[in-house]
Amino acid sequence: MNQRRFFVPTAMVLGFVFLYAPIVSLIVFSFNKSKLVTVWAGFSTQWYGALLQNDQILQAAWVSLRIATLNATAAVVLGTIAGFVIARFRRFRGRTLFTGMVMAPLVMPEVITGLSLLLLFVAMEAALGWPAGRGFLTITIAHITFSMAYVAVIIQSRLSDMDESIEEAALDLGARPAKIFFQITLPIIAPALVAGWLLSFTLSLDDLVIASFVSGPGSSTLPMVIFSKVRLGVSPEINALATILVAVVAIGTIISGIFLARQRRARERDMQMAKADIAD
Amino acid sequence: MSTRGAPALTKGVNRTASTAVKRISGFGLGAVWHGLRRRFRGLGRASVIGIPYLWLLAFFLIPFVIVLKISLAETEIAQPPYTSLWYWIEHKYLNIRLNLGNYQYLIQDSLYWTAYLNSVKIAAVSTVFCLLVGYPIAYGIARARPDRRILLLMLVILPFWTSFLIRVYAWIGILKTNGLINNALMALGIVDTPLVMMQTDFAVYLGIVYSYLPFMILPLYANLEKLDLTLLEAAADLGCRPSKAFFRVTLPLSMPGILAGSMLVFIPAVGEFVIPALLGGPDTLMIGRILWDEFFANRDWPVASAVAIALLLLLVIPIVLFQYNQARAAEAKS
Amino acid sequence: MAESSNAPAVFQPWRDPNETPYVSIERVTKKFGEFVAVYELSLEIYRKELFCLLGASGCGKSTLLRMLAGFEQPSSGRILIDGVDMAGIPPYERPVNMMFQSYALFPHMNVAQNVAFGLKQEKLPASAVRKRAGEMLELVKLGAFAKRKPHQLSGGQRQRVALARSLVKKPKLLLLDEPLAALDKKLREHTQFELMNIQEQVGVTFVVVTHDQQEAMTLSTRIGVMDEGELIQIGTPTDIYEFPQSRYVADFIGSVNIFAGKMIVDEPDHVVIHSEEAGMDIFVNHGVSAGPDADVWAAIRPEKMHISREDPAREQNCVRGIVDEVAYMGDFSTYLVKLESGKIVRITQPNLLRGNPDRILWDEQVYLHWDASSPVVVTK
Repeated sequence: MNQRRFFVPTAMVLGFVFLYAPIVSLIVFSFNKSKLVTVWAGFSTQWYGALLQNDQILQAAWVSLRIATLNATAAVVLGTIAGFVIARFRRFRGRTLFTGMVMAPLVMPEVITGLSLLLLFVAMEAALGWPAGRGFLTITIAHITFSMAYVAVIIQSRLSDMDESIEEAALDLGARPAKIFFQITLPIIAPALVAGWLLSFTLSLDDLVIASFVSGPGSSTLPMVIFSKVRLGVSPEINALATILVAVVAIGTIISGIFLARQRRARERDMQMAKADIAD
Repeated sequence: MSTRGAPALTKGVNRTASTAVKRISGFGLGAVWHGLRRRFRGLGRASVIGIPYLWLLAFFLIPFVIVLKISLAETEIAQPPYTSLWYWIEHKYLNIRLNLGNYQYLIQDSLYWTAYLNSVKIAAVSTVFCLLVGYPIAYGIARARPDRRILLLMLVILPFWTSFLIRVYAWIGILKTNGLINNALMALGIVDTPLVMMQTDFAVYLGIVYSYLPFMILPLYANLEKLDLTLLEAAADLGCRPSKAFFRVTLPLSMPGILAGSMLVFIPAVGEFVIPALLGGPDTLMIGRILWDEFFANRDWPVASAVAIALLLLLVIPIVLFQYNQARAAEAKS
Repeated sequence: MAESSNAPAVFQPWRDPNETPYVSIERVTKKFGEFVAVYELSLEIYRKELFCLLGASGCGKSTLLRMLAGFEQPSSGRILIDGVDMAGIPPYERPVNMMFQSYALFPHMNVAQNVAFGLKQEKLPASAVRKRAGEMLELVKLGAFAKRKPHQLSGGQRQRVALARSLVKKPKLLLLDEPLAALDKKLREHTQFELMNIQEQVGVTFVVVTHDQQEAMTLSTRIGVMDEGELIQIGTPTDIYEFPQSRYVADFIGSVNIFAGKMIVDEPDHVVIHSEEAGMDIFVNHGVSAGPDADVWAAIRPEKMHISREDPAREQNCVRGIVDEVAYMGDFSTYLVKLESGKIVRITQPNLLRGNPDRILWDEQVYLHWDASSPVVVTK
């Protein structure tokens, strides 16, 4: 027992140091005066200024943000339907193929997905004339395809946790299936929808490989620009960009953390209230 | 709903007659109406299934068919840069020409063999290290006080939400010749000449373990959190020491979590491109990188497709295993 | 069966030849793949009845209930409610409502919204919806809780919200799936009576599914005992308890001692059963429809047997044994007595005296005896 009392906490502390040390070093050196990223030469915010002047990065960020937003929204719609189908429609023809196609993108190597989608788009352009060329649209379609898999898994797992008789009760009380989906099912799984949207947004913002395959001239995404810069060596501007990204994520996480904690406290209070009523 | 309230109106009148009327309405027009409605409901259901189904067929399954097709074509300096598999002779005969040369090329050139084997080795070793690092963390979180669990879990997920590319980039600054580690070691006088860590296999292992760690921890946590603690109490009660109870009870019961986590790390790691490209050296051969170069540098689409198909065949078994594991876990839930 | 003649005050529509059944289940079978959940089941339920489907888990009672609600379609046979064939009618168009075992309250709606949900589906004016929902909340005494969310309620309160919600549309038939299973024992007893009161007030026909025989006995006008997808006996609680038609029913409802035997005397007004198991002949003072030499079983309830140290000196229905086990239950005691044949017999005796110094203890030799009217003879 004693061994474990030391081993597990030590392993956890080391694990978290491992996870966070690189990120902390990125942040620290984003405020470095020197262009040599790893040698400290005094505090400066000049790289943030330089970042805001860098049109290439700003433009790529704008492209990425638009793709990510569009992708997340479409992926939530498609992924929710797919997750609902897997969780609620027990028997239909081709179910095995369907669940396979939903799950597979989770583990599919990106180079394969990227290559296959590019070849599809090329073939489609030759055969149908659509999509004409590659760029914003093709990247968005590619991102939706793998993001919806993540959303579907989240939704499916949330739905299988949910008491199915709640939906049956609504059916029993005279509501039609479509109405039940919008008035009962969706409100109950709303947190999972939000989680799915955020995850899809990040996945899209993060993707380099697939976007590289299916993008065209003039539609470079932020990861593509970062990659081309990083390949040439470290650059303090990238550190500044990384710091901004980390800050945005951290603030978002803290806000949602506070929100969750407050919700839990309210729940505990409600439980107390219900108990007090029994005592009456 | 038309029958609702009817019994109140017909009360006292001839009951059998009213029943008969209702029966007729139930069988006649009503039946037709309900039949139509049912047809329509079936249509609604089919379209709900159909929308995501068609999307996935179009953008997930069909692309693989096209990759397979192009892997059987020949390279051509054209737009697109490959030959057609079939063409008509005098508008009468369909001539199909399958070219297995690309696959032959993969087998004959040792570069590809080495890259496949090396990818599997690097992915497998990284998966083991991920498991060794991730298991204690997942275990610790699952056994932490419930109010702390969410915080710890958030700490695991947080890096995952920041850019993957940037996290890999961070290691360049740490590992390179005048990077943080070397600077620290030199300042402390432990080494005289900087260690070469960048552009090595070591850096690739480190990068994969670092980037994929959350994928290992999360399924493990989900599994360990569900473990019934009274099982361990029962084991202790029956005279089993805690360390033995861990290997006899906790570890076997967490096998689905271990399998899920390992697959989530291993399968994408085999095809990894970014990490070997940024942290690996010129001799770090990984198949994802070969495919990328074949496609972007050599513009050899048919060979790139053949590489992709071979990689897919290599990964079919683990992917199917993963799916089976997921499906079983989902079934156990419902 | 042996019930006394129908006094007009007694509610027994199933005995009235002029009554038409309200719910008719006609030779319904339900298969899930190879598995037969319900087999060729026919049942008629009358208006304002409180009918209990009783059986062990997996006997098909819930499947039958779900077919009445419309969640499952019969594989064959048909269901008529108030004369209308329910085939192809989806749950949201049936004049039937259901109270779920888990209550299935909508977690994102408050109590009033939950109760009003069914009415809103009928596109009634808002004021009518509010009025009717308010009435229902008053009926289940939850008027003060209208604005609460389900998770802010205790288990008993949730149960009453579920009841109000399922009654609000004035269904022709209310289906209740294990309505009291989630409540603790004290609350369950109290709620049983409340449920009966509410049913009387609203005059709705109830069909209750339960595995709890006590609950079925208390609540119902009639009970249908189910086993392996078939109804094996339908009757009033008294019928089921006092006149079980099979060993299964006798054994399932309450506890019982069953002696296998052979009929040696078969007269219209009495029979004698020779039982090796009991080591004696059992005399029964009513006729049984089985031929001489038939294999039969005599079932005797533990509370209908008497136990004494002294030989009661009876010619019939008396047997000797040794006390094997005594369990003090408070209001009564249970004895397990080993007969000379080796068979163990269960007897219960009320504890009439406080701290009785003369009570029967372990290993004492005792005599068991019973009235000739106590045994029930079953042939299957």
